[in-house]
Amino acid sequence: MGDSNYSKAYIQALIDELKTSKIYTDLQCAAQVDLAKPTLRLSELKKGVLNGLVNSGWDRKLRNAIYRFLQTNPKLQAPTPPPEHLKEPLVYLRKAQQSWEKRILKSLNSMCTELNIPLARKRPEKDQKEWAQKWTELGIDGPVRIEKTEPKDASEKDLSQIRPVYAPKDFLEVIIGLQNPNYHGSDTPGFYHLWGIVQVPLKVKDIDELRLQYSDMSINQCQSGIDDAQDIPSELFEQERVKLGKKVISANHGPLAQEFSKKGCPTSMRATLWCQILAIEVDEIDILYYEQLKTNVLQHELLVDSLLYKDVKLTATNDDQYFVFEDFLYQVLLPFSRDTHVLKHFDYNSASPPKSYIRGRLGMEEFAVNYPPNGVIPFHGFAMYVAPMCFLFKETITLYYVFREMYIRYFFRLHSISSHPQGIVGLSLLFESLLQTHEPDLFFHLKSVGCHPLKVAFKWLVRAFSGYLSSDQVLLLWDRILAYNSMEILAVLAVAIFSFRKTNLMKVQSYNAAEAVLADLTTLQVIPLIQLSLFSK
Amino acid sequence: MSKGTKVPGYMQGKGSRNPRGIIGDREIRYKCSLQNTILDVLRGRPGWQEVPGQQSTGQQQANTGKSGSGSTTQGTTSGYKGSVRNPQGPGTQSAVPTRLQGFQSIPPITRNSDGDWDFYWCDREWLAQNYDTMFLYEHQKILHFRNHYELTRKNLMVKNLKRLKKQTERELGKAEGQSFEFFPTTYELPSEYHIFVEEFKKNPGIIWIMKPAARAQGRGIFLFRRLKDITDWKKGEYQPLSDPNREVPETYVVQRYIENPYLIGGRKFDVRVYVLVVSYNPLKVWLYRSGFARFSNTRFSLDSIEDTYVHLTNVAIQKNAPDYDPDKGCKWSTQQLRKYLSAKHGVEAVKKAFKGIDNIIIKSLQSVQKIIINDKHCFEMYGYDVLFDSDLKPWLIEINASPSLTASGKEDYDLKFGLLNDLLNVLDLENRLTGKEKRVGGWDLLWEDGPILADDGNMECAPNGTTASIPNSFLGCHNERKRQLRELYTAAQSIKKS
Repeated sequence: MGDSNYSKAYIQALIDELKTSKIYTDLQCAAQVDLAKPTLRLSELKKGVLNGLVNSGWDRKLRNAIYRFLQTNPKLQAPTPPPEHLKEPLVYLRKAQQSWEKRILKSLNSMCTELNIPLARKRPEKDQKEWAQKWTELGIDGPVRIEKTEPKDASEKDLSQIRPVYAPKDFLEVIIGLQNPNYHGSDTPGFYHLWGIVQVPLKVKDIDELRLQYSDMSINQCQSGIDDAQDIPSELFEQERVKLGKKVISANHGPLAQEFSKKGCPTSMRATLWCQILAIEVDEIDILYYEQLKTNVLQHELLVDSLLYKDVKLTATNDDQYFVFEDFLYQVLLPFSRDTHVLKHFDYNSASPPKSYIRGRLGMEEFAVNYPPNGVIPFHGFAMYVAPMCFLFKETITLYYVFREMYIRYFFRLHSISSHPQGIVGLSLLFESLLQTHEPDLFFHLKSVGCHPLKVAFKWLVRAFSGYLSSDQVLLLWDRILAYNSMEILAVLAVAIFSFRKTNLMKVQSYNAAEAVLADLTTLQVIPLIQLSLFSK
Repeated sequence: MSKGTKVPGYMQGKGSRNPRGIIGDREIRYKCSLQNTILDVLRGRPGWQEVPGQQSTGQQQANTGKSGSGSTTQGTTSGYKGSVRNPQGPGTQSAVPTRLQGFQSIPPITRNSDGDWDFYWCDREWLAQNYDTMFLYEHQKILHFRNHYELTRKNLMVKNLKRLKKQTERELGKAEGQSFEFFPTTYELPSEYHIFVEEFKKNPGIIWIMKPAARAQGRGIFLFRRLKDITDWKKGEYQPLSDPNREVPETYVVQRYIENPYLIGGRKFDVRVYVLVVSYNPLKVWLYRSGFARFSNTRFSLDSIEDTYVHLTNVAIQKNAPDYDPDKGCKWSTQQLRKYLSAKHGVEAVKKAFKGIDNIIIKSLQSVQKIIINDKHCFEMYGYDVLFDSDLKPWLIEINASPSLTASGKEDYDLKFGLLNDLLNVLDLENRLTGKEKRVGGWDLLWEDGPILADDGNMECAPNGTTASIPNSFLGCHNERKRQLRELYTAAQSIKKS
């Protein structure tokens, strides 16, 4: 780690982080074990202990921990910028995000007053027991029927009155409305006026840069998701791939797993590979932590629970592929809303956790609490971030930690306004600019019949395509997100889908017709499509 | 086989190069007793024509006038549906007996030759009433074998399986008999009541399931753990002679309940597998690669054995569940299931589990091979219901001879539409195939007097290069049937030409 690319402060932060984590004590214990070995000579103390740590695999674990830190913590520039710059360097985007948050909060509060539901309340003892019993089958009744045992507020707690706080469509309107004040010179559409509906001038990659970035996906490279199809003899690709995959897994090294996944994960290895990339090894402390979260769910009832319930019922439960996993989703989403570990990601997220005040102390900072405890207010479709992963993990706890890590690394960017190249604004812009450049006639046609392509594609991007593609395709796509540590692939795929259905799209004359052409994506094979749009021209 | 009369363009000797060319280039006439997907499929097939009802018999007569020289209407004695007219029939009465050799010993005069169709998707009741008095021409195809119930009635199925198991054990040893361990301990009631009680007392505390042998769609099924439950039921349900309205006590089977089913998301499910038998002697079996898994609507737990909804996965039962959502259907495609299982357990474990299903299919069909009255006109599409236990071992729940063809949604419709269309492609009344195909659309030939291996690249990509022991079975595999059919027909055409 003596790399001079990293500032002293950054390395210090890394060391501090490591010292407070479990790996520090684990390493110490392991070192002591090595120390106590009779074969160790006093003169070669340091060397012997180091060798011992390497041999026992602790060196790998330390490397994985450092790698994880590097992935989740943006490199600090010197001199250290103020913390709000870490969140979002552009003032006008920061303000836009703040006013968007205010809107969400207002809508949440008005729902509370309207339905006369508290944001949070303690569950009566009896309900707590009932919840504990029903933990693995929460989907049967939902919060509603359980609460009906309390006759006094049965009428108000009807789930049908709960509505999602916002949907991707509302969010798109906000993004369309974003304006860079520096460019507001005249009323006439000037030089800086962009053709698409996103008017924020950010630097996005062009196709050549993307080709370089995704060179491992080029057409001459065999890929999981194409070359492992069932009608292709498996000795051509699959057998070798699985053999290599086994070696990678046994090495247990994050960067290695990530490199391997660039060509996709074989179905049966995906769960392990993802865990390695995300540096997740569920140990007893993690289990304990999850149990605590569960207890929190049992003890307190939040308005957010109803929102999550409503969302699952509206999305996953209605989905042919995911309805089976309804209960898993509650077991992940409800504890997630209580998990204060998630708060950490607000250091680098342009969003900020909403604050709530203890009754009667409105506006007094010392009585402010984050609401919900993890600071994330779910929107319509939030459950779909979890749903495809239910195909991977049988253990709810592993599923929980993988989802949490995915969220604080990637998914949060899909619903907060920022100038980050992988933020939703950047992805939308990337989508529009790629489509303009490579399908200009299609883009122009759709624009002229009043159907801006982004209006259709936006919901795909916000949900990372989950719920639109068939589940195995979603997983193949997310393989690439993890492997390239970037969500730009989402915009590329959206462009590819438009190109693929171009013939029909060129015939449409209205927004509804265009939407109909693109309504069913479940038959698409994502990897060939991406290859087609990235490498075929 | 000599023909008495020559009817131009029809019924010409089966001889020379075109054994199934009887229909020649005229349209194929079909009848169908169902009003669902199968009718859509039949109507959608180019060159197929529905046999009109009696109201248009005159037209029928006119149609056939040119081919049937002096057709006499005969056998009008039977009164079924008025469709007994036989305009297409054999030219003269004298011709009939010569064509009947080796058929059945029923005098020709009473036969309902019903020759105005080439393909009949009939219901089982119709077949039972008419089969014995029916004359079938060389080319005619009809759904169901005469005694299909040997496999589909739960008590007979178990009886047949037990018999073949014993025979196998006797001839090949105990180890070979192990391969029959795919159905739970089962007894027939009331006839085997005493053996059952003995067995019941040997294993206290386990759960048993009681099913009427002949009823379908999950009706009349219940679970119990105490013998008292069953004695109460016995009193209530059938008291042989006290109730004159009831003829015979209904036969039930009692079966050891599988207490550790494989659960997905806490739910139990069973898998519907479609199997096509085109001949019992030699046994020729096709397996359809698509199907579905039906999920129970609620979470599985052994605490609530009186709650039928948890335990039975029949759509028919689930439909009555309070929170049933018809749009949802609680179904996964078999492909989806296979993907899920491969992700969780690895490809090898899933291959093994699905191989177990092949074994179930073959063993069960073999168990009735000698009993079923084989008839080259008949074919049967079975719907197997298979359940996995938590060790991924498949168990045979039941076999249906008339699996539901009514679609519960678009996806289900597409599945059944493809299934039935490909079934007609396999039967090949149009005579477009060579007869040597191992795969037609979504159907894979699983068995033809012996296992079929997926090797030798006969118009078909083997999934694996190590061909030696890969069976030609692809349940839950990718089903790109249209592409396959296109290639198949192109290839068959060129083979026929040369």
